[in-house]
Amino acid sequence: MNAAINISDLHKSYGRRKVVDGLSLTVPTGEICGFLGANGSGKTTTIRMLCGLVKPDSGGGTCLGLDIMRDAAQIRRQVGYMTQRFSFYEDLTVAENLDFVAAVFERDDRAEAVRDTMDRMGLAERAHQLAGQLSGGWKQRLALAACILHRPKLLLLDEPTAGVDAKARREFWDLLHDLAAEGLTVLVSTHYMDEAARCGRIVYLSDGRIVVQGTPDAVTGGSGLVLFEATGTGLDLAARALRAAAGVESAAVFGTALRIAGIDRAALHAATDATPDLIWQEVPPTLEDVFIHLLGRPA
Amino acid sequence: MIGGFSFRRFLAVLRKEWIQVRRDPLTLQMIIALPVMQLFLFGFAINTDPKHLPAGLLSVDHSRYERSIVAALQNTGYYEIRTLDSEAEAERGLAQGQLLFVINMPAGFDRAVDRGERPMILMDADATDPAAIGGATAALAALTTALDRDLPASLRSTPAIAPFRFALHPRYNPEQLTVLNIVPGLICVVLTISTMFVTTLSITRETERGTMENLLAMPVRPIEVMLAKVIPYIVIGYGQVMLIMVIAAIVFGLPLRGEISWLWLALGLFIASNLALGITFSTIARNQMQAIQMAQFTLLPSLLLSGFMFPFQGMPRWAQWAGEILPITHALRIVRGVLLKGNGIAEILPELWPIALFTLVVGVIAMRSYRETLD
Repeated sequence: MNAAINISDLHKSYGRRKVVDGLSLTVPTGEICGFLGANGSGKTTTIRMLCGLVKPDSGGGTCLGLDIMRDAAQIRRQVGYMTQRFSFYEDLTVAENLDFVAAVFERDDRAEAVRDTMDRMGLAERAHQLAGQLSGGWKQRLALAACILHRPKLLLLDEPTAGVDAKARREFWDLLHDLAAEGLTVLVSTHYMDEAARCGRIVYLSDGRIVVQGTPDAVTGGSGLVLFEATGTGLDLAARALRAAAGVESAAVFGTALRIAGIDRAALHAATDATPDLIWQEVPPTLEDVFIHLLGRPA
Repeated sequence: MIGGFSFRRFLAVLRKEWIQVRRDPLTLQMIIALPVMQLFLFGFAINTDPKHLPAGLLSVDHSRYERSIVAALQNTGYYEIRTLDSEAEAERGLAQGQLLFVINMPAGFDRAVDRGERPMILMDADATDPAAIGGATAALAALTTALDRDLPASLRSTPAIAPFRFALHPRYNPEQLTVLNIVPGLICVVLTISTMFVTTLSITRETERGTMENLLAMPVRPIEVMLAKVIPYIVIGYGQVMLIMVIAAIVFGLPLRGEISWLWLALGLFIASNLALGITFSTIARNQMQAIQMAQFTLLPSLLLSGFMFPFQGMPRWAQWAGEILPITHALRIVRGVLLKGNGIAEILPELWPIALFTLVVGVIAMRSYRETLD
């Protein structure tokens, strides 16, 4: 059994709303898999189904070779789950929170495991600070530390870096890559494109279904999206006019450059010809361009 | 329910709960301030035999006999009498609650007495609260001899020679002090409030703060979480009992007789029953607000149907049945029985099993309604 996650045709509805609608996914061991998609696209529900917190309506599969419907209790012991909202005890110190986790997972070398993890995550000097007094970035670190304390084989991280500054995010992802290098599989949801680019593979969800998946390069290359970029003056006015043009999905100004994107190359050419004062050149799409294109697509 | 009970995981949660209880200043204040405050407040305030009730005197003559009767009324301790000027004032006083009684002395009272006409004195009473005037009206019966010293022998009240007599022997509380009835009851009420309300919040707090999701994702069993959340409050509950008993003994002169060790055991079970109920509310409620409302919903019957406020025997049969279900009803009997009557295990046992049964049933409901998923 090579895949850390292997699920097929998962369904989950709340009332009449289909949150996850026929989702199948295979994540090989040791991979960092990025979960992307708009708010409400089913990322959190999928992650919760993987660790047994939510029961799927139908479908099934395995997580670390264990059945997600039957073996939820065993899966929990081997998975590190980091919730979207900070879910440790704010009235406990960093060390007390970690000690609690170590004790609940019945680690024999509790004190040692807590000390090692704090050293590794740089939490040692904040050991006796109350978790509630930590800044956002440090809270995320504490949460990640708590997730890896019991040496899980799979990390399920639900938007772990939401609201955290760029430097802290960078460091967080360095840690994730270190962990992956040690053989840990990581499934992480995010809204940040720079983070998506650091994943071995990205999976894009929309309305509970996978729309696109692959390496970041394959996703950008396979999107069929065409982009033109122009520099010059009067870009804001031109952007407004171009947004109304046929075949132009988006027209946005980035500093001194105007970029338009669309699928229909001919239509884009027609649009650029209509603005003779600007000098246009074709540029390769970025992940962000692709996702904005996917987000704007009717479901 | 896969996997069994793990003592280590239970200890882990217990340790965490204990730290949280210690760090929450509000909980700590409630634990100490609540029993002390309530004990002083209710211990001194609640009185089912009120004295010095305001009464008005309506009279035209202000005669000699009238003075004797007024003095006799005052001497019962129940009446605080002032003279009124008009019937309008009397009506207003009764309506506004400034007077509970109006004594209407008929004109020519002395003469009527002297002639042996046995005149009536009309007592208007505000009977909206029967308990408030009960003692005062009962005292009237004994006052028919009030004029005996002023009257010639022929007019004195002649005590009928009764063929038999009752001798009342007020046992356990010979002076019939309300406080000796209230304070043991307060032990139970304070325990109910402090333990049930605190645990009611315990699980909903985790849900609201988002920590529940994490707890569920970890390999802890419901029984481990629940026991760990309950046990700190058993310790705290015992601390409160000790505090209340010491204050009650010193300040209110509550006798501590009977088998105190059995009382401790019984109170432990009573605390457990409250905690079981609290944690059940906590698992059923979606948020802290709902949980508090559920707790309040049970608090009122606990006060009213248990015999704490009103005599249990005075309630209709169906209300007594409802009262019998509540652990506090039995706890009240145990505490009053042990402290006032000096009861032992033989009298405690019949009251103990209903509490145990309640705890068991409610505990099972709590376990069953503990949601292990977020669905």
